[in-house]
Amino acid sequence: MSSTIREADVGSSKVTPLPARAAANTAVPHDHRIARNPGMKLDLGFMESVRSVNRSALERRVASLTKRRSIKADNQAAWLLRAVACMDLTTLNSNDTEERVRRLCAKAINPFRRDIVEGLGISGETIRPAAVCVYHPFVATAVDAVRGTGIHVAAVSTAFPHGLAPLSTRLQEIEASVRDGADEIDVVIPRGLVFGAKWRELYNEIVSMRAACGDAHLKVILGTGDLATLRNVMLASMVAMMAGADFIKTSTGKESINATLPVGLAMVRAIRAYFEETGYLIGFKPAGGISTAKASLDWLVLMKEELGRPWLEPELFRFGASSLLTDIERQLEHHLTGHYSANHRHAMA
Amino acid sequence: MNILDRYHAMEYGPAPEARNEADAWLAARDFSKALFIGGDWKAASGGKTFETSEPSSGKLLAKVSDASAADIDAAVAAATKALPKWSAASGYQRAKVLYAIGRAMQRHQRLFAVLETIDNGKPIRESRDIDVPLAIRHFIHHAGWAQALDRDFPGHKGVGVVGQIIPWNFPLLMLAWKIAPALAAGCTVVLKPAEFTPLTAILFAEICERAGVPKGVVNIVQGGPEAGVAIVNHPGIQKIAFTGSSEVGKIIRKATAGSGKKLSLELGGKSAFTVFEDADLDSAVEGLVDGIWFNQGQVCCAGSRLLVQEGIADALIAKVKTRMSRLRVGSPLDKNTDIGPLVDLTQLDRVKGLVAEGARQGAVCWQPDAALPASGYYHLPTLATSVSPANILAQEEVFGPVLATMTFRNTEEAIELANNTRYGLAASVWSENVNLALHVAPQLKAGVVWVNGTNMFDAACGFGGYRESGFGREGGREGMFEYLTAKLPLGPVIKPATISAKPAEQPDGDTIDRTAKLFIGGKQVRPDGNYSLTIATAKGKLAGEVGLGSRKDIRDAVSAARACKSWPEATAYNRSQVLYYLAENLSGRAGEFAARLIELTGATPKAAREEVDQTIERLFLYAGLADKFEGRVHQPPARAVTLALHEPVGVVGIVAPDSSPLLGLISLIAPALAMGNTVVAVPSERYPLLATDLYQVIEYSDVPAGAINIVTGRTAELAGVLAKHDDVDGLWLFADADTCAKAEADSVGNLKRVWTGNGRSLDWASDEVAGDALLRRAVEVKNVWVPYGD
Repeated sequence: MSSTIREADVGSSKVTPLPARAAANTAVPHDHRIARNPGMKLDLGFMESVRSVNRSALERRVASLTKRRSIKADNQAAWLLRAVACMDLTTLNSNDTEERVRRLCAKAINPFRRDIVEGLGISGETIRPAAVCVYHPFVATAVDAVRGTGIHVAAVSTAFPHGLAPLSTRLQEIEASVRDGADEIDVVIPRGLVFGAKWRELYNEIVSMRAACGDAHLKVILGTGDLATLRNVMLASMVAMMAGADFIKTSTGKESINATLPVGLAMVRAIRAYFEETGYLIGFKPAGGISTAKASLDWLVLMKEELGRPWLEPELFRFGASSLLTDIERQLEHHLTGHYSANHRHAMA
Repeated sequence: MNILDRYHAMEYGPAPEARNEADAWLAARDFSKALFIGGDWKAASGGKTFETSEPSSGKLLAKVSDASAADIDAAVAAATKALPKWSAASGYQRAKVLYAIGRAMQRHQRLFAVLETIDNGKPIRESRDIDVPLAIRHFIHHAGWAQALDRDFPGHKGVGVVGQIIPWNFPLLMLAWKIAPALAAGCTVVLKPAEFTPLTAILFAEICERAGVPKGVVNIVQGGPEAGVAIVNHPGIQKIAFTGSSEVGKIIRKATAGSGKKLSLELGGKSAFTVFEDADLDSAVEGLVDGIWFNQGQVCCAGSRLLVQEGIADALIAKVKTRMSRLRVGSPLDKNTDIGPLVDLTQLDRVKGLVAEGARQGAVCWQPDAALPASGYYHLPTLATSVSPANILAQEEVFGPVLATMTFRNTEEAIELANNTRYGLAASVWSENVNLALHVAPQLKAGVVWVNGTNMFDAACGFGGYRESGFGREGGREGMFEYLTAKLPLGPVIKPATISAKPAEQPDGDTIDRTAKLFIGGKQVRPDGNYSLTIATAKGKLAGEVGLGSRKDIRDAVSAARACKSWPEATAYNRSQVLYYLAENLSGRAGEFAARLIELTGATPKAAREEVDQTIERLFLYAGLADKFEGRVHQPPARAVTLALHEPVGVVGIVAPDSSPLLGLISLIAPALAMGNTVVAVPSERYPLLATDLYQVIEYSDVPAGAINIVTGRTAELAGVLAKHDDVDGLWLFADADTCAKAEADSVGNLKRVWTGNGRSLDWASDEVAGDALLRRAVEVKNVWVPYGD
């Protein structure tokens, strides 16, 4: 008897490495480079082959998945640190100000209390959010604030959260954010194109967004809470990846339904299908409503079980989150002291 | 390893479930007094014990009292003593007890789960999230049936004292499946758990003590084969319910033959897991994890045969292998374990032996790279490809984590492969096309069909097999019938036919000679042996001669019945019209049949005319009910509907009594036909001319060839041939007691569903013998699970 497993081969020679980017935290091995997805032609036949998504079965899978795996003690602390390293610390409020954004950046640079860092014995490495995520007007402020840390600045662009401005306006917004120094761009798709099955139009829009990004990484937000079916989620995911997305992302956080595990499962299966077809590794970003340490573990388990270890690095996995960090801090303190902690014991963003 | 190392490794690490409560429970008990009889804890009368050990280590857990036949006598006596009061208790009173059991189990569910995992080796996730909650659900669900008995089952009462024998693969869950409906029906029980897994039943008995179950209503006897045999053969037991191997099931069928005991058997399987090219393949792979790698594959309904459409076979197999490599094999008490040890070394050796033999026969066996724990009865998940239908891995129930894979070209071949087995317990169909899935489900010979799912169970839905997977259903309305009985009004005792040596006297008068042949495949044919049987009138004169049917005529008749596809596939409305037409045509010749009855039986003209009229009325009744005895839609606590379909049993042999020879024959044939069965009937040995006279009526009435076949001859001989015929699905037998007992014993070849009068006829004229009582025997209930949501 013999066995082989097809795992993502991150060192494959068929892929071209990304321009070197400084890492937000030292935990990421510097040779851990992911070849950037060049995209491919819109292949409707390929889409047809992945359109069978059985919601009921996916719901059963995620229901048992979170019961099949349990992470305890030191491993739990390690996994929670991983969640922080894979975080886009986010503020996307209509009342954001530059000062608020600076505070967010300060928190990203110094996420943990000193005694927690020492207690966990992690002072030898820097573990902190991979990026901060802000609206366009605050990109320059954020870039300034995190300069020299390796923390990326992500901008939500393209008429976030609805995506309904003229395409030219949306592209100009991307270009403006890139000019201001954003190196990750989170774009939204017009959901109507999915309902109309206007795949060619959606594909072309994303291709031009990718072009507007240049070297900045493109995260495509599907607005899954609006897409009604997991089949739509799967098909929209495939179009986004074929058009050159570096990441696919669930939600803006503004839809009435945010990131759910069944939606996440459909999207990571899309990523797996794309990898099996092309050899390229696409990142995944669930966002919206993920606010507890327990929930973050569920998502990490989903990634490990469905995609494997490579997808537990910030190059391929991000949480879009704002209040998650504090809850993780509380759990880490509890891990050290055995006392349940309180929010006010940890510095706010 | 420090936290940073763990941060880089991102492994799960151990997550052991605490066992201190379970260990304390084990330490506090004297298992040499583990027989729960009449509300007391007793040692085995012979003082014997057996050992139960922990499959993950082989370590001894307890020495448990081993019941002897005398202990079974005591348990049956206790159950018998408790029966009158319990069965007379109001439904509400019984409901309160069932409810209390369910709630008490809920309060101790983690202890149940940990004990089950320690004793059986199943992963704690499964005992905690599946077995124990489902067991609780059974008691709470059946509390409702206890109270709804009069409303839903008028005329029925509990069958009495029941003996129940359960397996080791789901010790607590199988106990719940057995005890909950029995208590709801007003029965008292003697239940024997499996020797490998006695512990949770002992905890359950303690729950019964506290939940107000009257003494003697639930008796739990730990023991081995001696106890099992004593239960099966005990004259004080009115029903046996068994879950276990087909081999033992057949022994029980034989042992209970002629005893009049009601019997339900839930046996082995080789269930097909069929994946069509338009399926959600990733979800189908997860289905396999829940199908064949659930409980280490030690599941009677495990999806052990993967049938995959050729075009997607490579893609699916690749996905399966990747998924298998992520299954975690290890300590069953670890919350991250997917696959624990098998229950016992003997089971491990058996599985290894079958895999080796399958490989020798050409299967390619693949296992993921994974280390097995140093001790314990572990077996890696195994995928067998290039499996031919004749391979032992495709034929035999492995009862281990071994998946046998075959490909198919089209839907028709998929169905053929799925049904190419002696078993018929469950099946799984994966397709996103509802048209395809609901086209395939009714064609699968299986008691349970899951569409885009697998191993879904619920107390409201029936579970049980076709073919050699056994008979009877557990769960839901259909399951309640297994513990209920409605006494049908009896007819005369049937004596063995005596062959008269004296030739009948020649009749008076001058008529043209008539030859009554057999009726097979829509044609009147001569008997294969070319002998005849002389039939006398009531006055001893020669009434005529009929063909002396033999085993070969039965063989031909069964072939014709099997070949007749148009009748089972006809719409119920269509069958209804044919039965009405039969009634119409019989009515046109009512006088002739009345005269025949007078001539043969000596009936008065009035009585004869009444029997003919009643026969016509009965045909009318079943014509009308053909499209009304419908299935149900169950509603399990999930986003799914479960369609409990009424399907024909298949080919039904009918051996009709002498009493009311026309009415009796039609009372049996008509309900069988109404539900879409095809029939091989052996009419009364003394009065077969009433049946041969029917040939023309049948021929006029648009009955498709093969739907009704009639073979005249010696009842005992032909009943025996039918009983031993492995392509006969059901046998209804009204003959002398010896013939009935022998037929029950002989039916083990294919475990056909046998219904006999145990040597008594029924009062065929009674309305109670018409309707649901017979229609229920004419159908198999198939539960088709259809989860939905888009």
